[in-house]
Amino acid sequence: MSSSEIDRQWTTRLRRRVEGKLPPEKLLPDTQPNYVSSWIYVFGVATMSALFVVIATGCILALRGPQWWHGSAYGHFINSLHLWSVEIFFFSMVVHLWGKFAMAAWRGGRTLTWMTGVITFLASVATAFTGYVSQSNFDSQWISTQAKDGINATGAGAYFNVLNLGQMLMWHIVLLPLAAVVLTALHIVLVRIKGVVPPFEENPVVENAEVTQ
Amino acid sequence: MAFILSFAALIPLDSLGHYIHWGWVEISVANFIIIVLMIATFIAAITAPFPGRRRRKENR
Ligand code: HEM
Repeated sequence: MSSSEIDRQWTTRLRRRVEGKLPPEKLLPDTQPNYVSSWIYVFGVATMSALFVVIATGCILALRGPQWWHGSAYGHFINSLHLWSVEIFFFSMVVHLWGKFAMAAWRGGRTLTWMTGVITFLASVATAFTGYVSQSNFDSQWISTQAKDGINATGAGAYFNVLNLGQMLMWHIVLLPLAAVVLTALHIVLVRIKGVVPPFEENPVVENAEVTQ
Repeated sequence: MAFILSFAALIPLDSLGHYIHWGWVEISVANFIIIVLMIATFIAAITAPFPGRRRRKENR
């Protein structure tokens, strides 16, 4: 095979593009700029760590099933870990997004980073709601019967039926967590490609400004 | 077990939830506390000194 033929292969082109955009030293950098040494930057990683615990405990709940998580001490424990890691996940996500909002961290071509964050937030809220109706107890019965009228009024009830436990459980343990994890991965890869947004300049240079001294 | 039960007794779970009413605003005390804690955490995160931060005095 000639070298020009190799150059035209999609595998070669894709590899070169990935290498150009995200070389290993950018994916896992050794240092960060000085302004990153602030507690506010900890909350993105805190959100990610909480998400990891949410998924891990969710997998254990899936392996053992509702009889186990309602009926045994160990089951209650894992169920509680799942709930409380979700609480920490949302808590740190909100502090994270307030921080990014205050920094206007969508500057410098970081629109997609912000938007993947927005959609991850919405997907996470939907995951939490479907989780509440998947508990398989009186609480989930109450919540789903309260929610059905509002959702039916929008017309979405034909496709998204909160009284259908099977459907809600599938959304909660397959579709939405998959979306949340894939979007989070994309979000973090985008942060690595773009690098951390620099702070606002203290004395921004006004273009075409006249020098008066 | 006794420890867990005595801990659980601190939070009365068999009574009605508490709500704050303020004009048309209605929010449960639990949600209100969470929001206050998030605001407090945000303020702490942008003001508390970060360990190991090198202060570069020569610049200003
Ligand atoms: C599953 C939820 C999320 C996870 C795991 C996550 C994780 C992260 C991490 C690890 C970083 C880099 C470190 C940092 O600056 O904190 C980051 C940066 C960023 N996040 Fe998130 N995030 C999430 C949700 C959000 C949301 C809801 C928004 C806003 C709507 C958002 C906006 C941003 C922006 C704009 C940056 C880039 C900051 C920069 O370039 O300096 N993220 N995220």
